[in-house]
Amino acid sequence: MSASGRVLAEVRRARRPLLLMGASGQLGYGIPTPGFNAGLARKPDMIGCDMGSIDIGPTYLGKGEMATSPEATRRDLRKVLTAARALDVPLIIGSAGSAGAGPHLDATLAMIREIARADGLRFRMASIRADIDRGALLRAARAGQVVSFDDMPDLTEDDIIQSSQIVGQMGTGVFRRALEADVDVVIAGRACDTGIFAALPMLLGFPTGLAMHMAKIIECGSLCCVPGGRDPILATLDDGGFILESTNPERAATPTSVAAHSLYEQSDPFTVHEPEGMLDLSAARYEAVDARRTRVSGATWRDTDQPTIKMEGARMIGERAVLMAGAADPRFIARSKEILPKLSDLVRDLVCEDQAQDYTLRWRVYGVDGVRMVVPPNEPTPGEVFIMGECIAPTRERAAEVVRTCKQYLLHFGYPGRLSTAGNLAFPFTPPEVSLGPAYRFSVYHLLKLDDADAIFPMTVEDV
Amino acid sequence: MKLSDIAQVVRSKNAGPRRLTLDVMFATDADYQRVAQSPGLGAENVGRLYGVPASAVTVIPYPAGRAIKIVMARAIMAGDPGDVDVYGAQQHAPLLGVEI
Repeated sequence: MSASGRVLAEVRRARRPLLLMGASGQLGYGIPTPGFNAGLARKPDMIGCDMGSIDIGPTYLGKGEMATSPEATRRDLRKVLTAARALDVPLIIGSAGSAGAGPHLDATLAMIREIARADGLRFRMASIRADIDRGALLRAARAGQVVSFDDMPDLTEDDIIQSSQIVGQMGTGVFRRALEADVDVVIAGRACDTGIFAALPMLLGFPTGLAMHMAKIIECGSLCCVPGGRDPILATLDDGGFILESTNPERAATPTSVAAHSLYEQSDPFTVHEPEGMLDLSAARYEAVDARRTRVSGATWRDTDQPTIKMEGARMIGERAVLMAGAADPRFIARSKEILPKLSDLVRDLVCEDQAQDYTLRWRVYGVDGVRMVVPPNEPTPGEVFIMGECIAPTRERAAEVVRTCKQYLLHFGYPGRLSTAGNLAFPFTPPEVSLGPAYRFSVYHLLKLDDADAIFPMTVEDV
Repeated sequence: MKLSDIAQVVRSKNAGPRRLTLDVMFATDADYQRVAQSPGLGAENVGRLYGVPASAVTVIPYPAGRAIKIVMARAIMAGDPGDVDVYGAQQHAPLLGVEI
């Protein structure tokens, strides 16, 4: 029998609280070993890791590349895989490879097979794909089953066809199906982070509201503690609540710190929408067990009549190149808001002599308006600034041509009152222009209504 | 008194790529109550600071976490051309000087 079958049978035979370990909220950025080992010493019933997020922007999804480095990713995967096999407990990883599309999942699976081969590990592994079939999505859109939210414009057929990747966030039902298939390891493409941790308790009949609330907290590791951090976290779940405890003795899960975590990256601290229903935290209670542990109870769950999957897609919009430079001349800085548009026009006239403008060019002046979405009026002129010019063009060569031309003409741009006639810019190194490769934008961020929230996510089970 | 003198945490982050959320947290219930009752973090004032109408700002008091959450739409979706802050993690600065 494999690990999931063993744990399910054991707890079904003799009902007891479950001990779950959230090993990492961002697998591939390192797991602190002392905390990880302290967690393992408690013999958790499962080890779960979240590996991805939409926060990192559209490019990783679109390109099919991981945000984490291969070396660090391999090291983290080896760490959790070795531990889970040694304890013979399920290892569950969601949103494989940063963005959870086919290329991310395949790269993660390849690393796991390579680690198993090198280390002589043998196990049964379920992998679940999160990619949305384009034909099915086109039909669903025509049938009115695709819904916009957060003011996202309606999904177009062009975006469905042209997006590089489109994934759906799979819910707990998919993870339950994987655990019921008697496996040791579950690797999921793009997934709701709740699925990673709530599926096992739900299969064992623990209250869904509690399992979901617990999952929502421990998927971030010890972030719910003071001070918050990346160490693994333990949750002990029973039928009335769950107790949280960081594996790092210097981090405390206090009632306030845990309650405050419900705010993190959420637009509503009282409700969490999941594919199969809604988690209601308005009656949640947070009580100190001791200085480092908090017991949480009271969350409730409501099933929905209409399952929905949140989809994410990214579409290529061109090739990106940037120019990086500094400036310290107070007259140049004071006039930069008029100089840069004029420079853009000058460059356009040079590189578009016999064609229409086929690129976009944007300037960010760090020290003035590079960071803030809204800049208050009448701020004092800074002593120095960093200037970044960003071009998105149809080809890599075209984007490079634009920023290289910008560099030369901005360096020597004349403006009224100019004293520094040898050059307006400081370059910390040359070349100051960088080609960054393809640029993407989120083309899909929509809900897909389904009769069955799980059926569109195909699972494969293999013996590794 | 300025918000930065009384708050324990003032932070911003995306809540999905189309929403910006600001969390303000306090060390004591008294500090939380004082700010929760002040118009400084009301939708009107926050909207003025962020250049959006008050009707586009949602302010959610969250006493269990001694916190106040503010949610508003991002003018530019995270990662779209022209974005300045893909994670939205540096948009809290306008709140720091709010008078309480």
